[in-house]
Amino acid sequence: MNKYDTELAVVGAGPAGLCTAIEAARLGVETTIIDEHVRPGGQLFKQIHKFFGSYRHHAGIRGYTIGQQLLDEIEKLGVQVLLSSVAFGFFEDGIIGMYSSGKVFPLRARKSVIATGAIEKPLIFKGWTLPGVMGAGAVQTMINVHGVLPGTRVLMVGSGNVGLIVSYQLIQAGAEVVALVEALPEVSGWHVHAGKICRLGVPILLSHTIEQATGRESVEGAVIAEVDGDFIVKKGTQRKLDVDLICVAVGLRPLVELARLASCHLEYVPGLGGFLPLHDEHMRTSKEDIYVAGDITGIEEASTAMEEGKLAGISAAHALGKLNDETYTMMSRVINTNMHELRLGTFGEERRKCKEDIVRKFAGRMIS
Amino acid sequence: MARAEGVLTIEEIRNCPGWPGEESIEKKRVAVLECVEDIPCNPCEEICPVGAIEVGSPITNLPTVDGEKCTGCNQCIAICPGLAIFVVEKNHSEQLSSISIPYELLPLPERGERVEGLDRSGEWVCDAQVERVLASKKFDRTHIVMVTVEKKFCHDVRSIKIP
Amino acid sequence: MRIEKHPILDYEGKGSMVFILVNGREIEAIEGEPIAAAILASGIKVFRHTPKLNSPRGVYCAIGRCTDCVMKVNGIPSIRTCITPVEPGMIIESQDNVHEQV
Repeated sequence: MNKYDTELAVVGAGPAGLCTAIEAARLGVETTIIDEHVRPGGQLFKQIHKFFGSYRHHAGIRGYTIGQQLLDEIEKLGVQVLLSSVAFGFFEDGIIGMYSSGKVFPLRARKSVIATGAIEKPLIFKGWTLPGVMGAGAVQTMINVHGVLPGTRVLMVGSGNVGLIVSYQLIQAGAEVVALVEALPEVSGWHVHAGKICRLGVPILLSHTIEQATGRESVEGAVIAEVDGDFIVKKGTQRKLDVDLICVAVGLRPLVELARLASCHLEYVPGLGGFLPLHDEHMRTSKEDIYVAGDITGIEEASTAMEEGKLAGISAAHALGKLNDETYTMMSRVINTNMHELRLGTFGEERRKCKEDIVRKFAGRMIS
Repeated sequence: MARAEGVLTIEEIRNCPGWPGEESIEKKRVAVLECVEDIPCNPCEEICPVGAIEVGSPITNLPTVDGEKCTGCNQCIAICPGLAIFVVEKNHSEQLSSISIPYELLPLPERGERVEGLDRSGEWVCDAQVERVLASKKFDRTHIVMVTVEKKFCHDVRSIKIP
Repeated sequence: MRIEKHPILDYEGKGSMVFILVNGREIEAIEGEPIAAAILASGIKVFRHTPKLNSPRGVYCAIGRCTDCVMKVNGIPSIRTCITPVEPGMIIESQDNVHEQV
């Protein structure tokens, strides 16, 4: 297979990118996946919990098992996977600038899918740069993928699903979660995730925040405090905690650099994490040959990332003439139905609205 | 509200659709689905071999359990991604109730071991005895630990601590 | 520290144990794991100090984005240790004052 020329380039070997490649390859598209990491799978392999949804969405199956299934399929289909390879820009004539093993080379692709995922947001507080203050996702990677515990007495900051799940997984890894602080007056993630850690004795301190990480060369403690309705620290409520690891779980934002370099139109959508590339209902951006899928299009879950990936895959295949209109419409209807299911309910409402808005805004922009 | 803090009250559980009903609780070993939020999710319905659990469409519906049909086979305990299902037998014996909980920690408790019975907020409620520890390839690393407790605590104990 | 036994995960099939040098100290590492994981596993938390304020820095994002974890590896500075795999005999050094050396 030619490293310099491909029909479809997929940047990002996470759940979205892998599903894109699988669908496209099944339809006969010559596909190349690019990922800067040494191993494919994105954040799937650190998801050691069982997934929600229905059997269609791999419910009841652990994230890493799903990851392995996707990788097995990629191998069976003979998709070219370029690991430890950075796609650093999009140039004219569909050229992607590539850097790998000390060499720079062009990769020509007829169509591209950017599926670069997301990054954790930081929280700034006194002492936030001390070794021992880490993103919750970073800690999750260390404990679940590498088998390394960066600390044994933990303060978790944030009660979204990431904070709740990683707290549970830290206990599974043998650490003690001394407390979880949440600035809101209620748990922001799902009750079931909170329930799991509450019944293991983890105190969830609502209307609380971290004021400071203390320690000379690394985290030796934390100062937490109560906050009022405007999130202002209430005087005199400070309390010291004896911890050696502080996990920050305050949300994710899409990794849009490549989309921006490719001149895709971006829009700021706070409900989905920040700046993200606008796209139509086929996952196509303002650049005709560039599609997007997964968390780069807005922070959701691995399940939605996989569905979006499938959609981008068949859309690209359709644009490349591998699929007729009728079959494409039928297939996209199935994927959209499955995707829509994942956005139902109270927790999905905001995401659903934002996603519908994106497609609407895209249409509006393309006309003007 | 208790749900928003991560801890359901017994009242909230009795009122949720996953409560099998007082009659079944008194009569037999039965699943209690402590599931109260409209998250799109239904593997409990899909796995139940006797069709006792119903979610239907849309899959955000809260699951209900038909106490008559339920055989207490434990499969729903293991597959629930939220670890929110328990199998309770209030009248396990003259004095004791049994509660089967999902367990994904090390060390595993051992049959016959005396452990601490904790409630939904992790507080010690009573001592419990481990009667069985079940593992199965189907359960995919979620063990089912069955403990016996004094009857009056059968709706409280949902977690254990190995002393 | 390394997790010996885990209720869900098996640690079989990990690469072989090798040795690397971190600021002159020999530590055990698994071939292929990120350098940062090996360093954290050995109990070292401080990877470098910042040039102006001499602040200790370690691992933050672990996904190759924040550059908190950069170190000199086999003489090459600014290597993101959180995404760079261990090779046997690697020489890893804190790059305090690297701007003076260049």
